[in-house]
Amino acid sequence: MHVEVDVPRCVASGQCVLLAPDVFDQRDEDGLVVLLNENPPAELHDAVRESATVCPAAAIRLEES
Amino acid sequence: MSVTPTGRVVVVGASAAGLAAAETLRGEGHTGTITLIGDEPAAPYDRPPLSKEILSGWSPDRLPLRAPADLDVLDLDARYGCEATGVDISESTVLLADGTEVPYDGLIVATGVRPRLLPGTPAHVLRTLDDALALKDRLGPGRTLAVVGAGFLGAEVASVAADLGTRVTLLEPAPVPLAHAVGEDVGRVLAQVHLDHGVDLRSGTGVSEVVPGGVRLDDGSVVEADTVLVAVGSRPNTEWLNGSGLTLEDGLVCDEFCAAAPRVYGAGDVARWHNPLFGTSMRIEHRTNATEQGVAAARNLLGAQRPFAPVPYFWSDQYDLKIRAYGHLRGHDEMRIAEGSLEEHKFTAVYRIEDRLTGVLSVGMSPKSVLAWRQSIALRARWQDAVPASSAGMAR
Repeated sequence: MHVEVDVPRCVASGQCVLLAPDVFDQRDEDGLVVLLNENPPAELHDAVRESATVCPAAAIRLEES
Repeated sequence: MSVTPTGRVVVVGASAAGLAAAETLRGEGHTGTITLIGDEPAAPYDRPPLSKEILSGWSPDRLPLRAPADLDVLDLDARYGCEATGVDISESTVLLADGTEVPYDGLIVATGVRPRLLPGTPAHVLRTLDDALALKDRLGPGRTLAVVGAGFLGAEVASVAADLGTRVTLLEPAPVPLAHAVGEDVGRVLAQVHLDHGVDLRSGTGVSEVVPGGVRLDDGSVVEADTVLVAVGSRPNTEWLNGSGLTLEDGLVCDEFCAAAPRVYGAGDVARWHNPLFGTSMRIEHRTNATEQGVAAARNLLGAQRPFAPVPYFWSDQYDLKIRAYGHLRGHDEMRIAEGSLEEHKFTAVYRIEDRLTGVLSVGMSPKSVLAWRQSIALRARWQDAVPASSAGMAR
């Protein structure tokens, strides 16, 4: 799995950080998304998929191999 | 009662909630037909930018919620530009405007809301991309705009329109805008920001009708404007369910699992469900809830039997203010400033209902500190344990 984030779309809701804190973080100053791991391990894939689904800005895109 | 992995699922409503439901069904291994029915001609697109970025310059091609390739993977029987007109619960069929009947084994209702209107001359409203593009053409230097209703939608449009050089009059019947949602003290801060940006905010001013060239106020006088936007709230789209036997009360009434009937679930703006985290019935028109509830409804349709107990979240961008809120603020008994100061427009406000911390709203504070408050709300923290006694108390 390859993860991409579209930072200009991000609305700093933090939903991804709540679901997958090992993959996503937020910048302190404005809360925008920080991608910690663009190739997360298999055990995190479900959480990352849910993050992409619930992201209220559709700012997370996944490519599954 | 749930659908089998090969059952036919019909999702009515092709916006954020419906898409999240469809995506979740596939993600959970559902292989049966998924029919996604939407009355707008376009594939699912995002609505929050309609009152902000689209008005100030985003191209509409940034709005689709999924790239075409990502939608293709879901293998949906997508029917856009297609209106559902009824459902027959005993026969398990959805009726379409063109006379077709679509049978289902599971149904997800995600038909959203539509703007409330005012009497008189037709005016602009803001719900769809077409609405936003029509309004965008009316903004800019030399133009005048009257916005009726200073809720979040009206406030956001007023803010963008003023930034674009439009002369804006913002009319609000309540003495303090948004007081019912965020409390009077925070509402007064937001009101002052409009005034600081040259918007002619008139609180305590009711509008009786739209007239050619403006709006008529309750006192009979007329406020002139080239363009009028009516932003006075929404109505859930449930008329198509009249007579179906489903319970309709300001939305489709659902239980804590988002179920409205066996194998029938509701999600998004249209759904009124029992949120066990707060022990109350809610219908939430927040973008985040649409997707979260779409996910929850889809999982429960497949048999998860998990109560939907979210901490609601909303955000609003007004001028240079980034407003972020978690929880259940409406009808609060008390608000306190826990961090920062209202005067500096940098603060965290916390909200109490009975003895519980139920909500937090922040402007200009670190998102991590706000997430910590959210966790306390999710853990049902008692007010006296979570909120420092030294905070400035402000009973409503």
